[in-house]
Amino acid sequence: MRISVTGDAIFKVAAGVLVASAAVILFATLYVLSTGSTIVLQRFGLGFFTGINWNPVEGRESFGVLPYMLGTLVTSSIALLIGVPLSLGIAIFLVEMAPKVIRVPVSYLIELLAAVPSVIFGLWGLFVLRFWVLNYIETPLSASLGGIPIFSGTPFGLDLLTAGIILAIMIIPTVASVSREVISAVPNSIREAAYGIGATKWEVIRHWVLSYGRSGILGAIILGLGRAIGETMAVTMVIGNAVGPTAMPTSLFQPGQTLPSLIANGFLEAPTPLEKSAYMGAGLVLLLISLLINIIAHVMVSRILKIKGGAVE
Amino acid sequence: MLSSYRFRRFKDKIAYVLCLLCVIIAIIPLASIIFEVIARGAPQLSLHFLTANGLEGGIGPAIQGTLILIGLTSLIGVPIGIMSGVYLAEFGGNKYASVMRTINDILTEFPSIVVGITAFSIVVVGITGSFSPLAGAAALSFIMIPIVARTTEESLKLVPTSVREAALALGLHHWKTIIRVVLPAAGQGLVTGTLLAIARIAGETAPILLTIMGNTYFFQGFNQPMDALPLRVFLNSRQPSVAVQAQAWGAALVLILIVLTLNVCVRIASRRQFRK
Repeated sequence: MRISVTGDAIFKVAAGVLVASAAVILFATLYVLSTGSTIVLQRFGLGFFTGINWNPVEGRESFGVLPYMLGTLVTSSIALLIGVPLSLGIAIFLVEMAPKVIRVPVSYLIELLAAVPSVIFGLWGLFVLRFWVLNYIETPLSASLGGIPIFSGTPFGLDLLTAGIILAIMIIPTVASVSREVISAVPNSIREAAYGIGATKWEVIRHWVLSYGRSGILGAIILGLGRAIGETMAVTMVIGNAVGPTAMPTSLFQPGQTLPSLIANGFLEAPTPLEKSAYMGAGLVLLLISLLINIIAHVMVSRILKIKGGAVE
Repeated sequence: MLSSYRFRRFKDKIAYVLCLLCVIIAIIPLASIIFEVIARGAPQLSLHFLTANGLEGGIGPAIQGTLILIGLTSLIGVPIGIMSGVYLAEFGGNKYASVMRTINDILTEFPSIVVGITAFSIVVVGITGSFSPLAGAAALSFIMIPIVARTTEESLKLVPTSVREAALALGLHHWKTIIRVVLPAAGQGLVTGTLLAIARIAGETAPILLTIMGNTYFFQGFNQPMDALPLRVFLNSRQPSVAVQAQAWGAALVLILIVLTLNVCVRIASRRQFRK
């Protein structure tokens, strides 16, 4: 009898220790990034977050991550502006409109989009999407609206806009599949009541289904935002990789840089401990933003999906 | 409310068309990616391309490196992930477990480049002293563990409680019940979860960029830089030479074949599970 108790206890403790590995990874990351960035933070203080220079030349060192924070903000905003309506359309189509015969293959294709490695998105973006964006979006926009600052400059195809568009494509599977679950979790009695007072299908969706599931859909969008902010390779390959003051986003048709692409481009080549520390600092900023966003998304989505079929809010 | 019935029906039709259009717009990139990767990658494929080293214009080291990374990462990630999932599913009622579950879920959405910095600082700088397969596997297992843990928890929860009770009633210890009865019953779910995680890590680039660095030669030891397919795609795409860029497409084709085959296998396996 005593042996059995010990066996169970050992097993439970072993599993309990291993389950903490996720927490260990999380805290190791926080530790590595915060100790790694102390040099740069001590030297520049708050200036690290507001500075726009990235100058490793000895004696004139200056590091600031503002352009890359803004670059991340701009590309993620473009991704949400384009990706969210598309994802919602897909989710609505799959739950409310599509006949069963095409529902399965279509949702399979959307899942497949999520399976494509980001480096292949990047390769396709660099050699294919770039020219679509250049020829069909940027050149016409620049010809007609070139006077507006955000459309100024000579379009080149490797810029903030292309990075935003590729991010939009990459967040579609995430946002669409979570919103799909949220929409399917809306109880049928709501739909039946709406049909009962004579609403058309679209009115049911717009006024009842979407408003019933709005906090879950917001969670899905925030989850997509988290993905867009952390995405590295595809962005690195199409954003044009500007560094320093030129990376300040002024026009969509201008090469830029996001926090992850900055790290991917320069981390290994950083010659001095100070510059390496600056990349660590950029990583710390990225980690904190992404943690915050994912915690918010997690709270929102898990609450919605947990009470599936029950009352929301 | 004042709009006529006919106008409302018209809006309904428009909404249908717009939603259908969203689906079509989302599928165009997928179709184009698959088409371009095949069209530009297939002409590259040859026995020489798949087996020769980088200097001779092949991607042999990259294929070998990806397989080594998958093996090493699974060796670390699968046992830890499954045990984590077992804890969450079988002993998961307490506060500790719910905190761990949340952290696990958050780790799933971690920016992969940050994971690369962690593995770089701990393994490359601290342990192996150089870029190495071990550092790459460490970085990738940081990504794999939360995925395997989550899918394990989900598939263990599908095993009916009555199965556990039957085993316990026969006098089996709790831990033996889990290992001998519950885990085998959830076997297919575990396999599909692991395959999905492998498909995910096989295509990850950012973490291995900072940890294995790339190599034109075949595997040279656990403390030496190594190559991998996604890394090869990235590095070659940045070269000015058209011939080298073409090799990136060839490597991309091999990579996408591995990843999509794994995904299709999972799809078929899980459909079979549903039919049961």
